[in-house]
Amino acid sequence: MNWYGVRAIYRFEMARWGRTFGQSIVAPVISTSLYFVVFGAAIGSRITEVDGVSYGAFIVPGLIMLMLLTESISNASFGIYFPRYAGAIYELLSAPISSFEATIGYVGAAATKSIIIGLIILVTSNLFVDVTIMHPYWMIAFLFLTAITFSLFGFILGIWADNWEKLGVVPTLIVTPLTFLGGSFYSISMLPEFWQKVTLFNPVVYLISGFRWSFYENADVPVGLSLGITAGFLVACLVVIGWIFRTGYRLRA
Amino acid sequence: MSNGDPVIRIENLCKIYAGDFEALKDVSLDIMEGEIFALLGPNGAGKSTLINIVCGIVNKTSGRVLVNGYDNVEDFRQARTQIGLVPQELLTETFESVSSTTAFSRGLFGKSPDADHIEKVLRSLHLWDKRDNVILTLSGGMKRRVLIAKALAHEPKILFLDEPTAGVDVELRQDMWEIVRELRASGVTVILTTHYIEEAEQMADRIGVINHGEIILVEEKAKLMRELGKKQLFLELDDALEAIPETLLSYHLQFGASHSELIYDYDTRAEHTGITSLLGDLSLAGIRFHDVKTRQSSLEEIFVGLVKRQE
Ligand SMILES: Nc1ncnc2c1ncn2[C@@H]1O[C@H](COP(=O)(O)OP(=O)(O)OP(=O)(O)O)[C@@H](O)[C@H]1O
Ligand SMILES: [Mg+2]
Repeated sequence: MNWYGVRAIYRFEMARWGRTFGQSIVAPVISTSLYFVVFGAAIGSRITEVDGVSYGAFIVPGLIMLMLLTESISNASFGIYFPRYAGAIYELLSAPISSFEATIGYVGAAATKSIIIGLIILVTSNLFVDVTIMHPYWMIAFLFLTAITFSLFGFILGIWADNWEKLGVVPTLIVTPLTFLGGSFYSISMLPEFWQKVTLFNPVVYLISGFRWSFYENADVPVGLSLGITAGFLVACLVVIGWIFRTGYRLRA
Repeated sequence: MSNGDPVIRIENLCKIYAGDFEALKDVSLDIMEGEIFALLGPNGAGKSTLINIVCGIVNKTSGRVLVNGYDNVEDFRQARTQIGLVPQELLTETFESVSSTTAFSRGLFGKSPDADHIEKVLRSLHLWDKRDNVILTLSGGMKRRVLIAKALAHEPKILFLDEPTAGVDVELRQDMWEIVRELRASGVTVILTTHYIEEAEQMADRIGVINHGEIILVEEKAKLMRELGKKQLFLELDDALEAIPETLLSYHLQFGASHSELIYDYDTRAEHTGITSLLGDLSLAGIRFHDVKTRQSSLEEIFVGLVKRQE
């Protein structure tokens, strides 16, 4: 194993983040606060409780997931897309580092950043509402699993994209809608029966449901299923990455 | 200088880029340990393609590359650890500082951090004063030095320089040559491409010429210059000649720019250059001249001649 290489990439990526640290932290804190003002105060005053949890507290896990997905994807995709765009990728391609090691470095750094942001949002939320975490270990497990899985997904996106538009289109046109429709701000049981069935095709539903279960023990789908689907997505991303590095897809001419 | 086994062995390498363009056609080449090898060729000849395949940046279509016996694809770790690459384009990170990007390169190649070595490299490239500068703020020549520093950060045994002196001022070029000489003295094998024939002439131990994806010549520089380097004697005549007199036909003389200039080709290493007898025969024929000069063909002429001949 080329651990020095993994460490070099990881540190490089964290340093890149460090240069804009203030911005990276302030932005999610502000947007979380805005969500609480809009959803928590305005809508929450009418909905009051969902599945026995106050609406303000109910949306916390969904909010964290929303940020976790967005941050993981954008960090990881940018981390690999930018050197490709600027050409500095030549160095990675000529280095004695395996695809697996490079992935650990890039994805590890992206996941670390989004986990830190997820925790910041959790702390910020506590300023607005009382958040209880019934299963802290499961909460951490879902947090890590989701951050890693979507950082892998972002990494693939950053390799697949061959222009800035493509880099932006997947998060804004696919991931954000899926997250909003995936029960971030409501319980699936609140939907008409037909839409409940449709919603089950949205993979993000399983992530949010599992994560929310670790907080309040209420879930739209069984926890095991949540875990299984997330892990399945993780494996799928790993397979795609393995293929990318083996064939040099979009990396080597 | 060389001791038997080549450090790099390229066997029957072919490269067809997407879109069916054949950039390398069955290239075979051995690079010997400790030598400076200059690869010459016109734009688009395939120099960068060849280097990029050896370094792992471009996939080969067929053939094989061995680096000290290690296949550059199957045993990529052992192969790549030994190689440093300075690419043709100025491709750098932008917001990093000089010292951190150099340290990053060392780590990426699996070497433990070594501040002393990084300092040594940065000093030798006159980058030490700029170590805390962000790359974005450096001039083009400075960026080129940074790329060299990055390539040397992991103490490679083999260094590829893809047009290291393109767009570089005289001073940096001198520095670069000095660095290459020092590297060679420390046992590093250097493969460089260049469009400055003068550079190859000054630096290289061996020269390879590539054109249209084919290696058309590989030769020791000295031998190449000797074999192909003919010398010419120019005679400025007092009076222009109508034609070359019959008594002088055996010398294969040519007229120069005008009929009052005669050119005689000879080989400096031949037993008899024929100059003495030519001069004798000229005076016998009553031809007088007022100026004499000689010229040796440069590598550039040899090179242009070779490439033209292929076309
Ligand atoms: N990624 C690519 N896809 C398709 N064709 C390519 C690619 N890279 C290079 N080529 C083609 O391969 C040929 C050889 O290119 P290469 O860059 O190896 O030439 P070179 O000898 O380095 O030229 P130069 O002196 O201009 O640097 C050129 O005709 C070029 O257009
Ligand atoms: Mg080139």
